[in-house]
Amino acid sequence: MNHATTPEAALPKAAGVGYKPQHYAQIISDSGTVRWLEIHAENYMGDGGRPIAQLRHLSERFAISVHGIGLSIGGEGPLDQDHLARLKHLLDWLQPASFSEHLAWSTHGAQFLNDLLPLPYTNATLTRVADHIDQLQDTLSRQMLLENPSIYLAFAESTWSEPDFLREIARRTGCGLLLDVNNVFVSATNLGFSPTGYIDAFPLEAVGEIHLGGHDEQTDDHGAPLLIDNHGREVADPVWALLDDTLSRTGPLPILIEWDNDVPEWPLLEAEAARATAALAACRERTAA
Amino acid sequence: MTVSQADFAGALLDATHPPPQGLRDGQGRPTGRRFDVYRNNVAVSLTEALLIGFPVTTRLLGEANMRGLAGIFLRRCPPSSPLMMFYGDGFPAFLGEMEQLSHLGYLPDVARLELAIRRAYHAADAAPIDPAALAPAAPAALLEARMRFAPAMRLVRSAWPIFDIWRFNMEPDAPKPRAIAQDVLVTRPEFDPAPAPLPSGGADWIAALQAGATIAEALETTRSAAPGFDPTETLTLLIRGGAITALT
Amino acid sequence: MSNTAKTLAVAGAFAAAVAATSAATANAGGKEKCYGVALAGQNDCAAGPGTTCAGTSKVDYQGNAWKLVDAGTCETMELPAMADGTPRKGSLKPLKRDLPS
Repeated sequence: MNHATTPEAALPKAAGVGYKPQHYAQIISDSGTVRWLEIHAENYMGDGGRPIAQLRHLSERFAISVHGIGLSIGGEGPLDQDHLARLKHLLDWLQPASFSEHLAWSTHGAQFLNDLLPLPYTNATLTRVADHIDQLQDTLSRQMLLENPSIYLAFAESTWSEPDFLREIARRTGCGLLLDVNNVFVSATNLGFSPTGYIDAFPLEAVGEIHLGGHDEQTDDHGAPLLIDNHGREVADPVWALLDDTLSRTGPLPILIEWDNDVPEWPLLEAEAARATAALAACRERTAA
Repeated sequence: MTVSQADFAGALLDATHPPPQGLRDGQGRPTGRRFDVYRNNVAVSLTEALLIGFPVTTRLLGEANMRGLAGIFLRRCPPSSPLMMFYGDGFPAFLGEMEQLSHLGYLPDVARLELAIRRAYHAADAAPIDPAALAPAAPAALLEARMRFAPAMRLVRSAWPIFDIWRFNMEPDAPKPRAIAQDVLVTRPEFDPAPAPLPSGGADWIAALQAGATIAEALETTRSAAPGFDPTETLTLLIRGGAITALT
Repeated sequence: MSNTAKTLAVAGAFAAAVAATSAATANAGGKEKCYGVALAGQNDCAAGPGTTCAGTSKVDYQGNAWKLVDAGTCETMELPAMADGTPRKGSLKPLKRDLPS
């Protein structure tokens, strides 16, 4: 792989949280075990004002990961050049420790649909995604991490498994991967495959960051469990177990807690981060033993 | 069979449209309500975006009405950019076209004020002029000077009491709206947008200055419509809001 | 108005405006305030919607029909009596501006 920088070197191998402005004062005064913050790129593409001022201030104290929502890397159409220019501007002034985006699409024609939509895994989509990532990494002059999605359905036309698809994209483009362990659990439950089998097949050597988040439980038309990746509560226990399993194979990695809906008061979010910190400590102890 | 993104996107925004063929659950069966997860994600997230972006409009209409209207608007005008902070540019005009809302003539202008506040919040920073530099050392030169304004400054002109309505719904114990027409100046001292009602003629004067007129020319224009216009109050609002960045 | 009188009037307006704002400027508060979060609701309202990479467990995708139901402050906001003296609720009439013909 032609990594410009190893993804592991980019963010501290410690706990981080998705940044919410309502937590600003607490984070500045005492961030607990939280060592780094992740922001959504699109929320900092305004021209100025408080969001940018807060981000500048936070970036002096914390490593920042920029997580894109809107590039539509899996889209059938070309990348939005205006959006790419806005992203480049943000990364140029902020110089974050990491940049990541999703294996998904969200723009169709002139419409932005504001969701991370799924794509089939075929040779054609693989080429398209790899081309988009090449273009992104060239424009940004940096390596990016690509995140595995939460999925609720499958495409009959798919010919690749998701781990193999991601492995091949990383091989072709040199991008790193962001492994969302909750997404693995959600997708595995929804489509009836083994989450540990997915981790077994995943190219773990390319992983530069881990995401964790909460999910909601519903059922489909046949009464089968249908998990919704809503980032609206604590990380579920089986997901923590899957994290431990993953860390035992990868060693310590930067771990992010995502909580986007029904955002809690800071102490509850910090407690989730502390649990991730403990999982990393346990992983280090196992390695030392 | 191939599922195109056009098919997928079309079915997302139209619940009467069946999900595209070629989608499966884990057992190879048709997707059924699994496709609805994506429909929900799109419709709910855009509805929430409109509720967050138009809090006063939402209070005026009540949440149930606002959600219903958002459902129509998001399908008619989905976002054209991933910058959700600016979503809803077309919402005031949409409200103006709804027949059921025609008795609430002030609604579109209140929504315009909310958009202006949002735009001001995200506008570029600009250092305000030192007020001392506005104290007239050479009064004659002042008349020939032009003003530059901060990018955050916005004017919203209305034949309705939109500032009073906004304040009544945003601030505790605010007075009831009066039966007056209100032009509103939005400034952003530091980081928080501050709307303020302008005196009669104030918006004309600022608009003329924005268009590049000198202070004297702008006064001339304003007084042709509002004779006796005194700029003191308007100037005070501009200075207090940090809206003047330079005199040239 | 003569040019001199005009000049003096404008100079007076500027002097008065500067005087009226100097106290407010001095009380603008410390620097940290710049980064703080304002009163709950107000700051968020000004920022508008942010992005999320999460889904939702709420169910609301059908809607394309809507009928106005009584709700919200426009029904209860006591809007002032109109020129004809009739009190109205939620149906304020536009006011004619004092525009010269």
